[in-house]
Order: sequence, then structure tokens, then C-alpha cells
Amino acid sequence: MSIDARIVDDLQANGIEFVTTVPCKQLAGVIAEVDARPGIHHVPSNKEDEGMGLCAGAWMGGKRPCIIMQNTAIGVTINTLATLIQYYRLPLPMLISYRGELREPVACQVEMAVHTKALLAQLNIPTYHFHRQADVEELDQILKYTFMCNKPVAILTDASFWGGYGDQ
Amino acid sequence: MIRYDILTEIAPILRDHLVICNIGIPSQELHAIDDQPSNFYMLGTMGLASSIGLGLALAQPKPVIVIDGDGSVLTNLGTLPTIANNVADNYILLIVDNGSYGSTGDQPTYAGRKTSLAAMARAAGCERVIECAAEDTGRVLTEALEARQMTVIVAKCDSGNRKMPVITMDPVVIRDRFMKAVAAGG
Repeated sequence: MSIDARIVDDLQANGIEFVTTVPCKQLAGVIAEVDARPGIHHVPSNKEDEGMGLCAGAWMGGKRPCIIMQNTAIGVTINTLATLIQYYRLPLPMLISYRGELREPVACQVEMAVHTKALLAQLNIPTYHFHRQADVEELDQILKYTFMCNKPVAILTDASFWGGYGDQ
Repeated sequence: MIRYDILTEIAPILRDHLVICNIGIPSQELHAIDDQPSNFYMLGTMGLASSIGLGLALAQPKPVIVIDGDGSVLTNLGTLPTIANNVADNYILLIVDNGSYGSTGDQPTYAGRKTSLAAMARAAGCERVIECAAEDTGRVLTEALEARQMTVIVAKCDSGNRKMPVITMDPVVIRDRFMKAVAAGG
């Protein structure tokens, strides 16, 4: 089974029915998989804070949400994470492509990569880093944890995890 | 008419429906006029009322009315294409367009100058877009509920606010009672 199918299987096994996405090349496969699943309502967002608003509404409407985005989005969404997701105590799994790590071909991506974990730590957001493909084994438990504690939770997935997007 | 007058007039319509209300003075005014468990007050996060409302409308079948402002829609303009391309016929976006950032001192917005939010909504692909005068808001909103079709209403009104106390209710209480109203039968 592909890693993309494995991830989306875990989302569905945890009752996630509403997924919003802002694309990243590294996430193309998982976004295509989300879009293809009949049990998932996929709403692409134009910006990640908008996507978090959609997820907040979906959860209050009874559907478990998930946002799929790039780590650059942490810079976009800090206010939304603090004043909407955390303040109203809403669960939000964030599957994040961790650009700017080893095997990254685009230098500018490193500029947000060096801030990513520090910003998440400053926000007290539980953060998991998938580096090897076997790390996906924890996804099911991370999702259960997210909906247990009603917090935003970050799952950073780097280029090594995805098998080396960008290797030239 | 200012926003407060519109909200007073439409409060009897709103009270039977799920309402997502914009940050700042709009939420304070609605809270003071007719507080309901079915009102979700935004205490922060400028711009996201329309997105929260869309997520809610897509996730469950009851009608959802979003009370938004011209300034906050301008903050989150990407919302209009998302609304247009993810049609929820239980979704009404009511933009109270007073041409100003009311909660921050009535600074003018571009919607009060050259920019038409109704035209932008249409250009984004929204199919039922109605611009109306402030005094017609109640009628247009009632017609939108009866139409059972996704509707964007741009209600043009004067700039100005009523002095209202801030909402001191805990956000988790607002969210919890709102979710119970969402889940309630009928």
C-alpha cells in the first residue's frame, strides 16, 4: 500500500470526514488520495487560516476535520491557532509537509524550516516529526490523542519521510 | 440605518437559526440585542466568520446565517471563491457593508470607495448575490431562507456603532452551547 493511502486510511479510521488542503509538491499524493475518497468531503482552501475556519465550522457541525498544508503556513496561521483553535478548544490534526529539511532543493524553504518547531513550541502545540517512513505507525495514535485533548496537533513530515522529493 | 439597526430588525429572524457572528462590535451588538445559544460569537480571528459558517453549513443540514462585515470579507477575500465552488444551499452570507472598519474606529474600507463586494462575489462564481439597502435586509434575508439556495447578501448601511459591553462569556462556553444548539432536534 502507498504511504498516501496508508495516511488517508488512518484519517478515515479515526472518523475524519472533512479535510481541507493547501497544496505542497510533497503532499500531492496524499491530497489526490483525499480527493478520491468517497467518505471524505474535501474542500481546498486558498489560504491556511481560511482552512482552519472551515475546520472549526465543520467540527461544530459534527464532522471531524483535518488540515493538510505546508510548514510555511505556520507563519500564516499563528493568530488563528491562538484565538480560534486554541481559545475555543477545538481539535485540529495538522498534517504538515516540513519543507526546508534535509534533501530540500529550494533554499528559501529553509528560512521557515528553522522557525517551524520553535513557533509550534511557543504555541504549546504538540508536535510530532515523521522522518522515516516507519514513523507513520504513530499516526493513528496521534489522531486519537488530538480528538482526546481537543487541541491543534502538528505532524511534520519531511522530505526523507516522503522518499526524497527534490532529490536532483 | 447603522449595523445596530439592521441587527435589531433581523433579530427575530436570526433567533431561530444558527448564526456565526463577526468579531468585535457586531458580536457585542447581537449579544446585547438577543443573546441565543444558537449564536456563535467570534471573540478574535478577524476575517474567518464566513469560513467557519461555510464549514458548518457543509457539515450539517440546518440553515446557517453568517453576519459578516465588509472589512472582514476584505481581510479574507479568498473565501468568496471557496464559497462559490463548494455550494451549500443552507448557507447565507450576510455582509453588513458600512464601508468602514467599525470596531477599530470607523476607518474607511475600500468597499466604501471603488470596490463592490457584490460584484466580487459574482466574479468569484457565487450565483445568488443580492445587494440591498439597509431597510430591506429583513425581507431579503427571509427570501434567502425561503429560497433554500446559497445566497450572498450585501446590505449597504451607514457607518457607526452602538456602545456595547465586551462579551465576557468564556469561549468554550460559547462553543459548547452552540454545538448543543447545532445538535438539537428540529
